[in-house]
Amino acid sequence: MRPTDWLQLGLFIGILAAITKPLGIYLTQVLDPAGKTWLDPVLRPLEKLTYRLMGVNPWREHGWKGYTFAMLLFSAVGVLFTYAILRLQHLLPLNPQGLPALSPALAFNTAVSFTTNTNWQSYSGESTLSYFSQMVALTIHNFTSAAVGIAVAAALVRGIARHSAATLGNFWVDLIRSTYYLLLPICLVFAVFLVSQGMIQNFKPYDTAKLVEPITLPVGTIDAAGKPSTEPQTITGQTIAQGPMASQAAIKMLGTNGGGFTNANAAHPFENPTPLSNFMQMLAILAIGSGLTWYLGKTTNNQAHGWSVWAVMMILFVTGVLTCWWAEAHGNPIHQAMGVVAADGNMEGKELRFGIFNSSLFATVTTAASCGAVNSMHDSFTPIGGLVPLFMIELGEVVIGGVGAGLYGMLVFVVLAVFIAGLMVGRTPEYLGKKIHAFDVKMAMLALLVLTASILGFSAWAAASAWGRAGLNNAGPHGFSEILYAYSSCTGNNGSAFAGLTATPADGDSHYNVTLALAMLIGRFLMIIPVMALAGSLVKKNIAPPSAGTFPVAGSTFAILLLGTVLLVGALNFLPALALGPIVEHFLMLHEKLF
Amino acid sequence: MSHSAPSLFDKAIIVPAIGEACRKLNPRLMLKNPVMFVTQVGAVLTTSAIFTSSADRCFVVQLAVWLWFTVLFANFAEAVAEGRGKAQADSLRKARKDTQARRQRGGKEDLVAANMLEMGDLVVCETGDVIPADGDVIEGIASVDEAAITGESAPVIRESGGDRSAVTGGTRVLSDRIVIKITSERGNTFLDRMIAMVEGATRQKTPNEIALTILLSALTLIFLLVCLTLKPFGSYAGIEFSTPVLVALLVCLIPTTIGGLLSAIGISGIDRLIRRNVMATSGRAVEAAGDIDVLMLDKTGTITIGNRMASDFVPAPGVSELELADAAQLASLADETPEGRSIVILAKAKFNIRARDLLQQHASFVPFTAQTRMSGVDLEGRSVRKGAAESITQWVRQHGGIYPSEVGQAVTAACNAGRTPLVVADGHRVLGVVELKDVVKGGIKERFAQLRSMGIRTVMITGDNPLTAAAIAAEAGVDDFMAQATPEDKLKRIRLEQAAGHLVAMTGDGTNDAPALAQADVGVAMNTGTQAAREAGNMVDLDSNPTKLIEIVEIGKQLLMTRGSLTTFSIANDVAKYFAIIPAMLMVTFPAMAALNVMKLGSPQSAILSAIIFNALIIVALIPLALKGVPYRPLGAVAVLRRNLLIYGLGGLVIPFIGIKAIDLVITTLNFA
Repeated sequence: MRPTDWLQLGLFIGILAAITKPLGIYLTQVLDPAGKTWLDPVLRPLEKLTYRLMGVNPWREHGWKGYTFAMLLFSAVGVLFTYAILRLQHLLPLNPQGLPALSPALAFNTAVSFTTNTNWQSYSGESTLSYFSQMVALTIHNFTSAAVGIAVAAALVRGIARHSAATLGNFWVDLIRSTYYLLLPICLVFAVFLVSQGMIQNFKPYDTAKLVEPITLPVGTIDAAGKPSTEPQTITGQTIAQGPMASQAAIKMLGTNGGGFTNANAAHPFENPTPLSNFMQMLAILAIGSGLTWYLGKTTNNQAHGWSVWAVMMILFVTGVLTCWWAEAHGNPIHQAMGVVAADGNMEGKELRFGIFNSSLFATVTTAASCGAVNSMHDSFTPIGGLVPLFMIELGEVVIGGVGAGLYGMLVFVVLAVFIAGLMVGRTPEYLGKKIHAFDVKMAMLALLVLTASILGFSAWAAASAWGRAGLNNAGPHGFSEILYAYSSCTGNNGSAFAGLTATPADGDSHYNVTLALAMLIGRFLMIIPVMALAGSLVKKNIAPPSAGTFPVAGSTFAILLLGTVLLVGALNFLPALALGPIVEHFLMLHEKLF
Repeated sequence: MSHSAPSLFDKAIIVPAIGEACRKLNPRLMLKNPVMFVTQVGAVLTTSAIFTSSADRCFVVQLAVWLWFTVLFANFAEAVAEGRGKAQADSLRKARKDTQARRQRGGKEDLVAANMLEMGDLVVCETGDVIPADGDVIEGIASVDEAAITGESAPVIRESGGDRSAVTGGTRVLSDRIVIKITSERGNTFLDRMIAMVEGATRQKTPNEIALTILLSALTLIFLLVCLTLKPFGSYAGIEFSTPVLVALLVCLIPTTIGGLLSAIGISGIDRLIRRNVMATSGRAVEAAGDIDVLMLDKTGTITIGNRMASDFVPAPGVSELELADAAQLASLADETPEGRSIVILAKAKFNIRARDLLQQHASFVPFTAQTRMSGVDLEGRSVRKGAAESITQWVRQHGGIYPSEVGQAVTAACNAGRTPLVVADGHRVLGVVELKDVVKGGIKERFAQLRSMGIRTVMITGDNPLTAAAIAAEAGVDDFMAQATPEDKLKRIRLEQAAGHLVAMTGDGTNDAPALAQADVGVAMNTGTQAAREAGNMVDLDSNPTKLIEIVEIGKQLLMTRGSLTTFSIANDVAKYFAIIPAMLMVTFPAMAALNVMKLGSPQSAILSAIIFNALIIVALIPLALKGVPYRPLGAVAVLRRNLLIYGLGGLVIPFIGIKAIDLVITTLNFA
């Protein structure tokens, strides 16, 4: 825990805080159909043309059902479109490696994964997907799934801010404006920046490099009788993946998608060449989510509320970073006692050019924000270091969270916090002047229940099944953490993996791919539907004017309350499961046992 | 009905409540409370595990016993709350004896049972008769003993027409004869509703209670998932969690504290209202009272004491104040009106003028009439009069005197200051002006300030002219006032406030108040009022005391606060319970987990038992709080929140750590586990 690292942490949070307001102001314009941006001269005609082609009247707003239906329709078409491309990959262009079509389960898993902004990857990008698949089938979703998240968050914020109304905005307008005015221009600039750092952007076939020192590895084969065996094989050359990486990396961070072009994701030197590119990518992950809290404050006319929500997110975030960093910096006592590793921490699974701090920070950023890009192996973290990313996801992806998704997830907790504690001031609980009634509580709890049920339910199924245990690389609590992490990551639409879990086994078992895909669908849409219903209920309510008796939704008391609700109502449910995973692993490690 | 709350440990309530707690174990009744139903199912599972489980039998037996106690304690809390109401219901029921009614139909009179009466029937009641059902007096005047419902032994006057026409079934006519038009349906009289209300028979869940039940049920469902999935998670790790242990974890995690006390809190909230002699037609109204942020208060009786009082003597030129006071006192000695008496009192206070025996002075009293609009006394050649300025002007001129312009100015000045001037004349001589003013109730200004700090605005309603109204409003410290307000104005104002998002409470008694009472979120009708007003409001104040509106709001707030505080407490408790049970569950297989046993509990079994026992006992420990409500303080929302969060949030985190440790010490010492 060096002073320079502290400095960088301070710088990171400082810059994030500084860009929150400008981004929030910009978001306010983007999310208003009549909003003005300096890109209007270029993009307005394109925007209008798009509406005309789609037959959308941008001034006609939807109620919550119409909005949700449009969103579901759009997402369903997206899943089918991507599924079709992946299944037909071998027939489509831009496939210099001649890669075959994906299996149905893997194609389904991947299509769902990218549509839901999860970007869980049950495959290795460079050895499975063609350039066409990457760019058309997947990158499109990186934009649209992010825009869908922003749209839903905007609809909920409008539901809170408007009163005695029926409509929440026009889904197509929110989708298109977020994509055109926000994501595309920033990505364009960001991609150019990443190229300047050495990230590649080409359509070349993969390169082959001759190794200076050939290595010999045991390679597993299956003989004619179906018996597996290994035989040594000497490797003299290495295939080096190429492709349009910068364009995908930009949106993968900004849109909190996280799906890497390569399997190594942001640990790959081409996908994350320099410490600066690393720093900027981390910033990009949190940027829009952070700006949306300002948008919340602006739209509800209570900037202090927006900042309070931001502050709660940052308290959780910084606590996570410090815990993870501390655990990694202290490393593994067993290894240190044996003299296997230096005492400066746990460097297993980390890139030397990032080191302990930047790996811990990245791991916390990417899981706090439901991004899922990784620059180190979470699987190789110490138990507590690995607990932090898992816990960040299980908080409900509300620590900044996925673009849009983080805000609406956090607002669900705000509604619950207001309801539980609101009664304590002696009034029917009210959130920004709106009374919280049975229906609102029902929808908020439903959103929470769905997440818990998906994570614990699927994990239990996998842990109890032969197919679940077969996919694990590690035994004991660490293996359990791998399962728990996979379903948490998918349900939370994060997409990062604890690694060590083989979702697409060689025997073709599709249980993992299908259940993980279901977890992603549940975590995304079964969460959005109650959230939209909540927005629909809130928008109809009248606003009671604020008075001395009004429940405060800003300031330290509210922040403590929200913090308590996120931890007690949201995360405590996972404590027993975590106790059997990383927590017990930690204590066993202290008693000199590893997995 | 008694105003004082029975002791929490009243044997007459506690003993039947124990039996009632067992009777409530009926699963069909338990289903209404999902949290406690799950607990009961857990208790059944654990009980059956005594015979099937391979675990330490002594431990499972103790666990089962405490789980049943948890359910029984919750039922007991509800039974105690209901018991307190039942005692009142019984006394009310005595009033609902089978009475005979003299029904008039087609000019003939026949005798029918009271429960055969229908709406619109005409009934005759004479001295000694019990009024058979609710209705309006349409003919006659009578004094009625309403002690059966109000507890007030002094009889009240009920007469046809006007605002005192409503009579209540079960009350008794003390004198005279009245004809009543029945206005209530069979079985739905005021008395019936009142009994149902105190008994909680028709008690429906209020909106907040429903929302809270949903929250608690969802939490229960979540924890059910947590415990169910722990079984496969455990077998993955090579631990076989037994059913009793999983049930123990589940019951500790689900919000049994608030789940067990929720209905008791609701019942006792209504009970507190009834003790203040306010009948709410629904629990919903009590809850709405807590949400009120605009109070529309009638000036007279609420803000000012009923009548105006003499406050100053302003003598005419050439007249001493003493002379004026002397004459004014003389003119008022026989005047029994409160205003008249107040003049006598003021004269005594200022100049020590004593009461004189008018009869000895051969005086004759001239009473106030609507025509003369003045009163006074004639004695020994003097005719002293006091009255409104115009009347006295006329009187003086008739007697050949002049009305000095200074007196005219004094009259105008008094009006401008919101006072009522009475001019006093002796024959043709104008002596001066006695100023009467409304006396604002002591402490009311502070009360309004408290309300303001809680975010509640007060609007004074008065029939006075705007000047008078403004002066009183300023003195009483209300936020706003409506002068020369008609019932229509009130209705309009309520609608306006509601459209702006406010919730409004008001009191009223007249028939023309009915629309406004119905429109208000909380409408408190005075029991002395008309049947229409009583039907329109959602509460009736049996004492007919408009000030009570403020207390009603406080009771509503207290009810909501109690619910919120205990919910927060209940949820915060989970942290300590996790720290007790999770290490205990894992320590056998993974001894390294002992590090998480921060409370250093004796053994895994004692840890689980201690958590369960704490969980059960905390329900009993909190019954008094649930019944009495959390201490109420008139503070702003931020201060209240901070305070309650500190007590019930932080307290909820810390107390179980201490409690579980203490119980563990006892258990370990006694060798129970």
